Amino acid sequence: MSDMPRVESIKPGDPLPERQFQPDNVQLFLYNAALWNAHRIHFDHPYATEVEGYPGLVIAGPLLGDWLTQSVIEWLGDDGRLVSIEYSNRKASYIGEILRSGGKVLSSEQDNGTVELEMYIKNEADEVITPGVAIVRFPAS
Amino acid sequence: MSELLSSELLANIGRSAPPREEVVTRRDIRKYSVATGQRSQKFLDGDEAPPMFHVALFWDVVELDELTPDGVSIDSLVPKFPLERAMAGGLKIEYHEAIYPGDVLLGTRTLTDIYEKQGSQGPLIFYEVTMEVENQSGDPVLTQKTTRIMR
Repeated sequence: MSDMPRVESIKPGDPLPERQFQPDNVQLFLYNAALWNAHRIHFDHPYATEVEGYPGLVIAGPLLGDWLTQSVIEWLGDDGRLVSIEYSNRKASYIGEILRSGGKVLSSEQDNGTVELEMYIKNEADEVITPGVAIVRFPAS
Repeated sequence: MSELLSSELLANIGRSAPPREEVVTRRDIRKYSVATGQRSQKFLDGDEAPPMFHVALFWDVVELDELTPDGVSIDSLVPKFPLERAMAGGLKIEYHEAIYPGDVLLGTRTLTDIYEKQGSQGPLIFYEVTMEVENQSGDPVLTQKTTRIMR
């Protein structure tokens, strides 16, 4: 439509698209296998529930971080680059839960193309279980 | 004055583990991309690594008898703390260069901080490990700070 650099149309408060995740045992297994992570809370249901007292198999913390990051880079596309991301795993989540990622623009500096994003993973109770902040940079206008 | 953290424990700040070299393969990128549900074809095809691929690449590979009964590998960089239940913490990653198949990456981990905070249910110990990753040309690829909490 227009040749206007994308960063010029980005305003604080703009939402990022939400994406839904419902990981199952197979995905959680493959993720931990890709890492070589043998922590039983991710695959040994009797151990996770009876020994550690969790309500189910625990979704790996860095997998939630990856989903947070995916939301940023899918929104960014090829228009800019990811400068940094930080997040914290505040609340655990379990196989069977439906989670969603999303976020919004916190600030946008048109002169140097830097945009700050507030990101989240939320559970079905609408609690933010993994909050994060990402910095992305677009070519300056 | 810290109640849980002795000067001996705090003296571990600044320790580094020996640098680790890892070769990036297309197959490993593809496995990671499938497992994390990436939707970008360049990641699924293994042409470029997704931003958190290095978490898998640098996960410690230890022998079976070095795993604890709950399946966790013990991080030899981190001293034994007076609190022993680990809680997931957080990550901060700064990116400099993308990662491609064929890259040979060097990761160096340093224990960069240990501190104590009073939580609502008692004291907590926080520690921070910083990993610097560079490529075969010596260019910085990323810096990752991991914060973990013991309760």
